[in-house]
Amino acid sequence: MVELTLPKNSKVKAGKVWPKPAGAKRLTEFRIYRWDPDDGENPRIDTYFVDRDDCGPMILDAIIWIKNKIDATLTFRRSCREGVCGSCAMNIDGLNTLACTQAIDDVAAPVKIYPLPHQPVIKDLVPDLSNFYTQYAAIQPWLHTETPAPQKEWLQSHEEREKLDGLYECILCACCSTSCPSYWWNPERYMGPAALLQAYRWISDSRDEATGERLDFLEDPFRLYRCHTIMNCSQACPKGLNPAKAIAQIKKKMVERQL
Amino acid sequence: MAEPKVQIERPLSPHLGIYRFSITMAMSIVHRITGSALYFGTLLLVWWLLAASSSAKQFDIVSAFFASWFGQLVLFGYTWALLHHMLGGIRHFIWDTAHGLEPGEREFLAYATLVGSVVLTLAVWMLGYMFKG
Repeated sequence: MVELTLPKNSKVKAGKVWPKPAGAKRLTEFRIYRWDPDDGENPRIDTYFVDRDDCGPMILDAIIWIKNKIDATLTFRRSCREGVCGSCAMNIDGLNTLACTQAIDDVAAPVKIYPLPHQPVIKDLVPDLSNFYTQYAAIQPWLHTETPAPQKEWLQSHEEREKLDGLYECILCACCSTSCPSYWWNPERYMGPAALLQAYRWISDSRDEATGERLDFLEDPFRLYRCHTIMNCSQACPKGLNPAKAIAQIKKKMVERQL
Repeated sequence: MAEPKVQIERPLSPHLGIYRFSITMAMSIVHRITGSALYFGTLLLVWWLLAASSSAKQFDIVSAFFASWFGQLVLFGYTWALLHHMLGGIRHFIWDTAHGLEPGEREFLAYATLVGSVVLTLAVWMLGYMFKG
């Protein structure tokens, strides 16, 4: 359902302004969403000042710096710090992206950071993505075959392999799905751009023999057709992929198989 | 045995209020709004046809309303909504063929809907006034 405003317990209040680090010459202001499950309070925005001469160039460097130097309670996910794992996906300066590949100098100061939009918050910048992962599992992201397995591997021509380019690179960071208003309003019924791009990855695979079943599963007013080509997904993708186009290809396949 | 954890009421992270607007997002919303406005516009058309079929007096009343500054404003808005929604429909049709979805292309199509609808609306009204005599 479309709900433009946040529920009462989710309204964001003003938070604490942390003192500026002493002796710093180059400061950048960060305003970060905080929510502590233990204090019974509403979420708040805390303000921090990062000493840029003591900190790396990326947003992830800055929030690690804050955690180490100012406030150890600041909570977020991160792992690879090079755009491969997808853990540090968050909303930075109004756009969903990875904190590790977003340069501080490329966003407007003060830098505003929120968790991925319209998700239940576990703590601070950590959203609960259970629903997102369930949807990924629902598209059955593995090879479906009926013909007996070959002696060695399932072969593919170079051209067939090329069809997976722009699809297999998805790291499931959830930047696209949580940027999508259709996904905000129907998170349990609409599959969302990430799961649909992944579904198309298997539909496009020359070795997969379940294209019909895969399309049957998606042929639904909500699962697929809640996509209204708002395009936030393709704009957000930190890997430069195009979920909106993958969804359009699935819709096209739905038409083609009727002809 | 561990006690079952108490269900925590988790807040919902901010969404529409914090997400940066893009032209494609804005044109998607406007497509919906103009689509709804067309229901209202169709009622105007029905009102006009009903009046035309009932009596000359009724028709004069409706014509007077449409000729007033307020009526003209409503009709101007209706023209724009109709043309914007039509161009939006063409844009969606192009996207449904899986074309025009690359970066740059999608923004171009969104801007084209906006600029095209304004230009066409002005053109329709200029032509209308020219031939009205």
